[in-house]
Amino acid sequence: MTVTARNRAIDRIRRDRTLVEKTRQLEVPEATMDELDDTVIEDERLELIFTCCHPALALEAQVALTLRALGGLTTAEIAHAFLVSEETMKRRLTRAKTKIKATGIPFAVPAEHLLPDRLDAVLAVVYLIYNEGYSGRVDLASEAIRLGRVLAALMPDEPEVHGLLALMHIHHARREARFSGEELVLLEDQDRSLWDAEEIAGGRKALDRALALRGRGTYVLQAAIASLQVDERIDWNEVAALYGQLAQITRSPVVELNRAVAVAQAGSTEQALEIVEQLTLEDYQYLHSTRAELLRRLGRTNEAREAFERALDLASSPRERRFLKRRIAEL
Amino acid sequence: MKYAMLIHVKPGQFEAMAEDEQRSVSAEYFALADDPRSQGGAELQGIETATTVRVRDGQTLTTDGPYADTKEVFAGYYVFEADTLDEAIEFAARIPAARLDGAIEVRPVVER
Repeated sequence: MTVTARNRAIDRIRRDRTLVEKTRQLEVPEATMDELDDTVIEDERLELIFTCCHPALALEAQVALTLRALGGLTTAEIAHAFLVSEETMKRRLTRAKTKIKATGIPFAVPAEHLLPDRLDAVLAVVYLIYNEGYSGRVDLASEAIRLGRVLAALMPDEPEVHGLLALMHIHHARREARFSGEELVLLEDQDRSLWDAEEIAGGRKALDRALALRGRGTYVLQAAIASLQVDERIDWNEVAALYGQLAQITRSPVVELNRAVAVAQAGSTEQALEIVEQLTLEDYQYLHSTRAELLRRLGRTNEAREAFERALDLASSPRERRFLKRRIAEL
Repeated sequence: MKYAMLIHVKPGQFEAMAEDEQRSVSAEYFALADDPRSQGGAELQGIETATTVRVRDGQTLTTDGPYADTKEVFAGYYVFEADTLDEAIEFAARIPAARLDGAIEVRPVVER
């Protein structure tokens, strides 16, 4: 009895000490924080990821902390990437670190029964970082892929980790082809010689790993779709079927919208339009632009123009606005 | 570390339950109080019993009703000893109000 009590006490002290040590790692002054990567040994990096992506922290703080502690970006770089002042970003980081300490957010890989939820949170943060980069700031995209690789190495048996890595690789492979000068280029019009074959191969390797682990989660499905879409001849029926599975998991109307696009590409424009008409995404730009494309294909030009104009009303990025105006002019 | 589990409930939710349901929910609350990591707590009477006190310019102002006018009302709390926030969150998730349209606010207690 006493031995058990003592062991438990020792265990707690030991844990407390590591907690203190690790909290200190987050506290390191700006100048030396860049060395964090070298000072944190591998298995502690995983703990650090789970700490930075703890759902008790605000999402924007999770993102900033992860980039700061694991991505090796400076506070100024993170601030720049998210279009806030360095002062604001510094405050955000400080507040997050204070909350970690004050509330006892653990430096630990969550227990088995908590892992699925908590891993989802980690993957969401990495994917959010990636998507910030996807819309133009390539540095963040590469950074997210690097984080994905670290995660895959640290959690080699989690299919969703490999799924996310695969997804990011394959999307990233098309980065040079997505734009012509300042203009957006649709997948079907992209110059395939600009695709990064090595990046695609890396993505497919990660996807194979995920599938071998029997992964059928949202990232694995999205990666499988992305992989099909870089095939020489795209099997749109298969893409539509995968979107169907994804929609079942996510219940997301945006996924249904994508399924509709795949159905249209597979040749059933009217069936695709039927799917689109059932979605309640009134304020979603891409609903209207997709609907417009389908109407155009069906020769319903006036309705198509109206839908394009609705999409234009909702579009904020200048690049997308120019793209939509071009589509209207071409009607 | 000590955490306060501030239990916010949707008014009327408990009263609307069948009697046996009420009994089993109450039993859950008692079981949580019996957890060796539970270090006290209290269930408060309804907001209709609340009186709010303020002192302004040395004068005591007493008014009828709860301080905060919100949809969920503060109904009671546990004080819970845990090593990490994760452990505290797991406990909070087992408090019936958490699933019965209410919410649990978890806040570390200042330790002196």
